[in-house]
Amino acid sequence: MSLLNQARFLLDITRTHDIVRRYFVVNGFDGALTMLGLIIGFLVSAPANLSVIINVCLGAAIALGVSGMSSAYISESAERRRALGKLEQAMISDLHESAHGDATRWVPLLIALVNGLAPFVISLLILLPLWIFDAGISLPVPPLYAAIIVALLLIFLLGVFLGRIAGTSWLRSGIQTLLVAVVTAVLIYLFAGH
Amino acid sequence: MVSVKKIVLDVLKPHQPNALEFSKAIAKAGADYRVHLLVLEMDENTETIQIEIEGNAIDFKTIQSAITDMGGSLHSIDEVEVQNEADAG
Repeated sequence: MSLLNQARFLLDITRTHDIVRRYFVVNGFDGALTMLGLIIGFLVSAPANLSVIINVCLGAAIALGVSGMSSAYISESAERRRALGKLEQAMISDLHESAHGDATRWVPLLIALVNGLAPFVISLLILLPLWIFDAGISLPVPPLYAAIIVALLLIFLLGVFLGRIAGTSWLRSGIQTLLVAVVTAVLIYLFAGH
Repeated sequence: MVSVKKIVLDVLKPHQPNALEFSKAIAKAGADYRVHLLVLEMDENTETIQIEIEGNAIDFKTIQSAITDMGGSLHSIDEVEVQNEADAG
């Protein structure tokens, strides 16, 4: 069985597909909004050096990734161990060497990876225009605005993804998540812009 | 040589993997295995199933191991059909 099929099988027998998807969206959204908040914060503040902005955002991205990974691993490990114990009680046998035992060991790791990588990768994508500009390549819009556009696009795409899962209008769902981003931006301007 | 041609097992298994995945995993244990699975009883977390396996030379140990790997527990061997190949010729 290939690694991907094995992962799919373990998620299948633990019925954790939904949890992985939920973690991906929730933490991905966290990452995108955090970067958006940081960048708008820099925009409304006194002009800062681009390398400082990149380092601050990268620091936050790494922290989000590590936090997502560790929290998901700890909570999912506990959940999986509890589920295995319950199943062992029902089966009146030791399941550690079975596929359920494998799932108890590997599923928390898989979920932790998704939960940690989603905000990290999304944050890196948002920071991409800043790196490009820092490398000396000119952009059609100032780098901070370009990063905001990427953040809004990714937030919209997360909404589209949610819409497709729910089987509702992808456009409506995308606009809904985009509205959350706009409200966040307005709040930052209101509280930090003065 | 005596070969096992058919075996009927009573197994307790968790709901997951489901009956389809469970029987597929058992069928994969041999090149010509034909598996018939019947759910006898459903509980909150488990189900009792009857698995009928047919093949040219069934290897009981690999079937037992496939069942254990899937989290199942073999309760009993309910029916067996064996054949002495030398006599058959």
